[in-house]
Amino acid sequence: MGSITLKKVAKRFGDVEVIPPLDLAIEDGEFVVFVGPSGCGKSTLLRLIAGLEDVSEGVIEIDGTDATEQPPAKRRLAMVFQSYALYPHMSVRKNIAFPLKMAGMEKSAIKAKVDHAAKTLNLSDYIDRRPGQLSGGQRQRVAIGRAIVREPSAFLFDEPLSNLDAALRGNMRIEISELHQTLDTTMVYVTHDQVEAMTMADKIVVLNAGRIEQVGSPMELYREPANVFVASFIGSPSMNIITGAPAAEAGATTIGIRPEHFQLSTDGGQWRGVVGVSEHLGSDTFLRVDVEGVGTLTARAEGEFPARHGDTVGLTPDPERMHRFDAAGLRIVR
Amino acid sequence: MMSPAVILLLLWMIVPLAMTLYFSFLRYNLLMPGTEAFDGIQNYRYFLTDPAFLEALGNTLMLVGGVLCITVIGGTLLALLLDQPMFGQGIVRLLFIAPFFVMPTVSALVWKNMFMNPTNGLFAFVAKVFGGTPIDWLGHYPLPSIILIVAWQWLPFATLILLTALQSLDSEQIEAAEMDGANAFSRFFHIVVPHLARAATVVILIQTIFLLSIFAEILVTTNGGPGNASTNIPFLVYAQSLLQFDVGVGSAGGIVAVVLANIVAIFLMRMVGKNLDL
Repeated sequence: MGSITLKKVAKRFGDVEVIPPLDLAIEDGEFVVFVGPSGCGKSTLLRLIAGLEDVSEGVIEIDGTDATEQPPAKRRLAMVFQSYALYPHMSVRKNIAFPLKMAGMEKSAIKAKVDHAAKTLNLSDYIDRRPGQLSGGQRQRVAIGRAIVREPSAFLFDEPLSNLDAALRGNMRIEISELHQTLDTTMVYVTHDQVEAMTMADKIVVLNAGRIEQVGSPMELYREPANVFVASFIGSPSMNIITGAPAAEAGATTIGIRPEHFQLSTDGGQWRGVVGVSEHLGSDTFLRVDVEGVGTLTARAEGEFPARHGDTVGLTPDPERMHRFDAAGLRIVR
Repeated sequence: MMSPAVILLLLWMIVPLAMTLYFSFLRYNLLMPGTEAFDGIQNYRYFLTDPAFLEALGNTLMLVGGVLCITVIGGTLLALLLDQPMFGQGIVRLLFIAPFFVMPTVSALVWKNMFMNPTNGLFAFVAKVFGGTPIDWLGHYPLPSIILIVAWQWLPFATLILLTALQSLDSEQIEAAEMDGANAFSRFFHIVVPHLARAATVVILIQTIFLLSIFAEILVTTNGGPGNASTNIPFLVYAQSLLQFDVGVGSAGGIVAVVLANIVAIFLMRMVGKNLDL
């Protein structure tokens, strides 16, 4: 049980409309990621679902019942905050036990649940420490522990990994995905990092200035972005956006080609340009190529590609994987 | 490099203390000049066996404890109130600290003459409006009245420190507690109060240092009376030295006060050590 439906939900702060009316359905057991640039309203949308902000308009349904007017505690949702929001004066055990204590559960039952959660999250060794004595990753796990003991109908994550270093972020990403497999509970996850969105989500909701730009599975968004914004936001390195004559040749106002959809060659090629920067990662080579009349393009070659700064290379876009957009920035369907 | 400053400070503190210590062992009465002589521990015996001493000790503790209770509890509640968004917030906060800038003698006199006076005071007026009998506050309840006056002076200080502490509380913690199902009372007692503990410790520490030596308010209102009902240790020392002209006993009282202050300081430091080292 954990479906969430938003019907014409809008949020205004005074005269400023942060979120224009939008509809969204989150199915039970789904891992949904809200992704978008900072200030796009994704955190506000999550806080509306949590009940920490009041909606200006519209209805929020959780498990089919109207929860719009319900206080946060009654919605049976658990939230993991960006700053973790652990209670600094309580030990890990007391932190995790807090929601159960507030629910008036019996002491022995609380202890069993907390021990179980701590074991699941590898926290047993730190159970009597204070949050101040833990590392970032451990604090993150305590915050998750505090969320899972409540057995909520859905988890809400507000940029939970943004305070962690790159290596730890990779690990926690996997841990959260595994947690989702084990618990099989609905998760709503907010991030500005499209890599997190692509790797974890069942369904991605791309937001821009409060509007939903596109909803779909990661691969749908990758293969068929609905507009220029989604096209340039999803994928790393981001898609090459080309306007002008080359786009007109393809019958569109704007065309988009992903760096990995170029055929690179040292001689020949549809477009020829000079290499500005070449990044050799071993498994891949990324080239920044200045092509006259087209602009600076990023191209990816698999494995090692023998090109240095100042070399001239040929680029041939794969016409099958070229994305074409009209004057309004919307995808032209073939 | 530091020695000039340190030496100056040391002299500043050591010389008066050493002289007090020296006088406390001397028979030294201002009415009998030229008869100063070593007197052993007689001054201490006289001061400590004086029935006024125990009463003054009790009054001192009551005064410190009473004011601390009112300022910390009242300060917390007022800080919560002032933290709410309201019209004219900046001016209200500015006005709020005003009592702290009023000199102790002035505020005590204002309270004595304009509020607590049984014929002309505001409280008497209010009592008469409702058909009650005016209370002679400083005559019948001298110590509680002084506690009230001193608490009024220190309330802004406590409120201000606690307000800044309150504002430093991470709002996500409160939201997390809200999601965890804590109601307003649980949030206050489980999240806000522990967060304020540190600031409250600082408030208690600083106030205790000043409250142990309250003097001006007593001098201008009750003069320690009626009897010894509002005499605290500093006032008793003053009375011995300058009302009874016995500098020797006064000095002995001063040393006793120093020892008592240190005992209080030890307890405070242990509390601080426990609270500040989170």
